[in-house]
Amino acid sequence: MTYVAHDESDFAPPMEVEEPELYHPKTFIGKYIWSQDAKVIAVQYSITAISVGLVALVLSGIMRLQLGFPHVFSFITPSTYLQYVTMHGMIMVIYLLTALFLGGFGNYLIPLMVGARDMVFPYVNMVSYWVYLFAVLLLMASFFVPGGPTGAGWTLYPPQAILDGTPGASWGIILMLISLAFFIIGFTMGGLNYVVTVLQARTRGMTMMRLPLTVWGIFMATILALLAFPALFVSAIMMTLDQALGTSFFMPALVSKGQQLAYNGGSPILFQHLFWFFGHPEVYIVALPAFGIVSDLISVNARKNIFGYRMMVWAILAIGGLSFMVWAHHMYVSGMNPYFGFFFATTTLIIAVPTALKVYNWVLTLWRGDIHLTVPMLFAIGFVFTFINGGLTGLFLGNVPVDIPLSGTMFVVAHFHMVMAVSPILVVFGAIYHWYPKVTGRMLNDTMGKFHFWVTFLGTYAIYYPMHYLGFLGVPRRYYALGNTVFIPESAHRLNEAITIAALIVGAVQIVFIYNLIWSYFHGKPSGGNPWRATTLEWQTPQTPPKHGNFGPELPVVYRWAYDYSVPGASEDFIPQNQPPAKKAKGLEAAPDVSELGPQAAAAATTPKPAGGHS
Amino acid sequence: MAIVVWWLVRPTLNVAPWMPQRPIEIARGDGALSMLPVQVGLGVFLAVATSLFALLISAYHMRMMEEDWTNLALPRVLWLNTVVLILASIAMQWTVVAARRGRMDDVRKGLIAGGVFSFAFLAGQLWAWQQLNASGHFTAANPAYAFFLLLTTLHGIHLLGGLWVWARTTVRAFRVVEVGKVRLSVELCTVYWHFLFLVWAVLFAVLLHSHR
Repeated sequence: MTYVAHDESDFAPPMEVEEPELYHPKTFIGKYIWSQDAKVIAVQYSITAISVGLVALVLSGIMRLQLGFPHVFSFITPSTYLQYVTMHGMIMVIYLLTALFLGGFGNYLIPLMVGARDMVFPYVNMVSYWVYLFAVLLLMASFFVPGGPTGAGWTLYPPQAILDGTPGASWGIILMLISLAFFIIGFTMGGLNYVVTVLQARTRGMTMMRLPLTVWGIFMATILALLAFPALFVSAIMMTLDQALGTSFFMPALVSKGQQLAYNGGSPILFQHLFWFFGHPEVYIVALPAFGIVSDLISVNARKNIFGYRMMVWAILAIGGLSFMVWAHHMYVSGMNPYFGFFFATTTLIIAVPTALKVYNWVLTLWRGDIHLTVPMLFAIGFVFTFINGGLTGLFLGNVPVDIPLSGTMFVVAHFHMVMAVSPILVVFGAIYHWYPKVTGRMLNDTMGKFHFWVTFLGTYAIYYPMHYLGFLGVPRRYYALGNTVFIPESAHRLNEAITIAALIVGAVQIVFIYNLIWSYFHGKPSGGNPWRATTLEWQTPQTPPKHGNFGPELPVVYRWAYDYSVPGASEDFIPQNQPPAKKAKGLEAAPDVSELGPQAAAAATTPKPAGGHS
Repeated sequence: MAIVVWWLVRPTLNVAPWMPQRPIEIARGDGALSMLPVQVGLGVFLAVATSLFALLISAYHMRMMEEDWTNLALPRVLWLNTVVLILASIAMQWTVVAARRGRMDDVRKGLIAGGVFSFAFLAGQLWAWQQLNASGHFTAANPAYAFFLLLTTLHGIHLLGGLWVWARTTVRAFRVVEVGKVRLSVELCTVYWHFLFLVWAVLFAVLLHSHR
């Protein structure tokens, strides 16, 4: 165990706890398969999440083929359509986005950004990945069981979810529910790591308010996950019991295909409350890490500190707290008491305030910044565009009378794809382009990256922007075919065709990204340790890629916040977090080097201080 | 959630992280806790488990309001089980005291006693299920019975998880001589046992008073 002593110890508190001994694997399997190193676990999570996400992407392509060109593809039956809708949704929201942001980015970035050697519970962290993989395999197995996967929609509403007539009502739904239960168990294990590491394993000098916003976003999202996932766990178990043992947690008295079933008295609304009590925090579990990452991408590439860092932190905390008070805005049409609707509409509008604040701060960070339109920056700015778009349509849907006609239409589909699919995925891409050099030591190819960005950004607009108009017309969601519905004009069908073509193009272009990832691993330009000239600790590791233990024999000591970019008078346009301040002159109180200071602070530092008082 | 948010907001007030470095007069409360990571980890896990059981109890109450609710006659063995779980908690607390006083023999005895009482509790729960099943009145379709099974099963699974940690601690206690090597595990186990007892007490009270 290494004790860190430091000359500048006046500027950072001494280490309070000895460094824990890391597990040092000796075999290939110990290093790369059953690995306890958070970086390896992060790559494992990422590869698994992206792989299953590609499966879901193919499913969405098939869905779009059906919607754009109904009656053309005979292998797409109504059952398979609904099954693909369900699996696409569940995989994307939970098994891709949540796993990638928390398990992938969280595992890689948290220890590095807080200055720790690894997560605090490495063994539990390792087990969390294998439980997640097991959950994924269970879910994929549902494609191969009798009846196929469930077609109940990702929301899995009872009673239909477990009734004959819904695809996969026997084995498919059981595998889905058990898979979710295991996912939640795995994520509890991972979540314990992320939260406790941020709280307790920060290096000397790394206060909470010197953390990069990426860490704040992932940290808060993990807290949401830990408190919200139990609601999904409970509802999954109860629905499993309803299906397997004939209990009536959610199943009312009903007649199915002419037969009175044995169920009695259960409440489908109870499921909706439980599901959405999880489901709304879930969207912020996806969004908050994206918010945090975007703040850092914009800051690095505009060479400017994030505007309003404290407000950004408070906004993350406020969004997290408020996210538990808005869930029933997904239930306006469920028949619940209208006064509940008014309450939840109000809280939904309130949560828009800290969210909008973050958007303003991103824009203000860009304002008069030294903007470098690197590929990560393009994706970050693309996020701001698409999130504003999707967020505004959320305000439409958050209002009860406007939601009533739009609920269940393609307007909702367009809204949630803009905010959940397009925006966070743009951030995922931006983050991968940004941190790939740290993970592999090589840069991703710039030309391929720019091509990937423009086609994806413009293409997703081409998919989802027109979709709002379909929603206004009243085109319903989760419908296999529209037929000759009177109120849907011919132009809507043409629009569906156009959306499908755009979707297939955007889907196909993702191959360029996958190719770039693989090609650059072998042929990419060597990146060096800090190609983006960033301030945060992960870019200050002695080796790139970082070796086991991350920081070499001595942990870094942090002296400043994460956003010292373009500090007036400084010799470089960035000052790393672990760069010590200027040495103090002998016999005098430490005089900060004004060349490192911002203008206000420089003025304050050079103002004579009252004798004997604190400055 | 409000408490969590407030606790996180506290160290962010009156802080200007962009200001230049000064010699640190840092007070505690920058978000870190004066506890070991594994203690914080247990605390976070207890928060998750609390969320789980609180949601279950809410669901139970919602379901109880439906018209087809029939009250469940709770088997009397549940009272005995409650006493046994109290004894398990007492045994674990006694173990902690022994560990703090450095008495390894008492630690070993306390761990064994805690484990025996805990297994006895689980056996008693199975006996309660058996009694309900044998009475023939209750089927899976009966909501009160279904909830009873669900609540007791989840509580039992959490206790089994604790028993796995207890087993590792007990094995280590018999292998080592120095109390300091097991003291932290014993303390953590005891906190967990007290938590599970509290959960059982609340569940039992809810089950007892769920009469329409």
